[in-house]
Amino acid sequence: MKSLFASLFSGLLFGVGLAIAGMTSPEKVLGFLDFAGSWDASLAFVMAAAIAVHLPLSALIRRRSSPLFDTRFHVPSSRTIDRPLVLGSALFGVGWGLAGVCPGPALVDLATGATPIVVFVGAMVVGMLIQHATVGQSESQHSITIVPQGPNAPVSQDISLADH
Amino acid sequence: MTFRDALLPSAGGALIGLAASLLLLTNGRIAGVSGYVGALFLPSVPHRLERLAFVLGFFLAGLTLLLIEPSVLPTGSSTPLWAFAVAGLLVGYGSRLGNGCTSGHGVCGISRFSPRSIVATLTFMGTAALTVFVVRHVLGATP
Repeated sequence: MKSLFASLFSGLLFGVGLAIAGMTSPEKVLGFLDFAGSWDASLAFVMAAAIAVHLPLSALIRRRSSPLFDTRFHVPSSRTIDRPLVLGSALFGVGWGLAGVCPGPALVDLATGATPIVVFVGAMVVGMLIQHATVGQSESQHSITIVPQGPNAPVSQDISLADH
Repeated sequence: MTFRDALLPSAGGALIGLAASLLLLTNGRIAGVSGYVGALFLPSVPHRLERLAFVLGFFLAGLTLLLIEPSVLPTGSSTPLWAFAVAGLLVGYGSRLGNGCTSGHGVCGISRFSPRSIVATLTFMGTAALTVFVVRHVLGATP
């Protein structure tokens, strides 16, 4: 129960942060990505501030043996740069640059019920389902490990759907 | 750009960082939105309710803002509807293929010095900027 509330509250806080930051406005996001045009640099501060806060906090938190409401951390350990990562990120970027919307802000904006957002979220889910259905059929065999696995490399990787 | 221009984005960003830290402290998970959404549609996934709660939180944030400060939420976009559909497909497919998006890779991954996330973030920032460039300055679709 506690973990449910923690998830809910984290999502709520995250969503409010996105809105305050201006990320929930597609036009503002596109203005930030429009480097060649009238560039709105303010959104650079969003990621910078988020990292400035999360970087030290996450380092401190990960010193614990476990999180508060779970027996262990679910943090990805893969360090391999492979083709799905690069291709997926590239495609994601194109989509983001097309409409100025990414998953988090889309969920917040969904509350407005605006047709473009509903269409986006629907299409996003379809896109995810397509990827789930095609996984394993095009897994890249070529990967470049840029960081060698040290003696402390974990024996088993957490292949849950955490971003890695 | 003035100090005031950077103020709200910084404040919002700090809140995002805080939210991600809270999720990590409580449930030990990376605050990657695409991962949470994607997991909802897998046949067998543990902690499905927990994932739904996270996603619901975002929606609730939107509802709350709709009630207390609707000006923060977008009212319109010059992007055509079909572009939102194509964008959604690419964002959905791409984020799952690349195992992350702006929150998971950009905020959480970079905070962990993850090489994968650094590469992912640079990549999607690059293609996003390129896409905007092509749409606005090559194809001339002005906002």
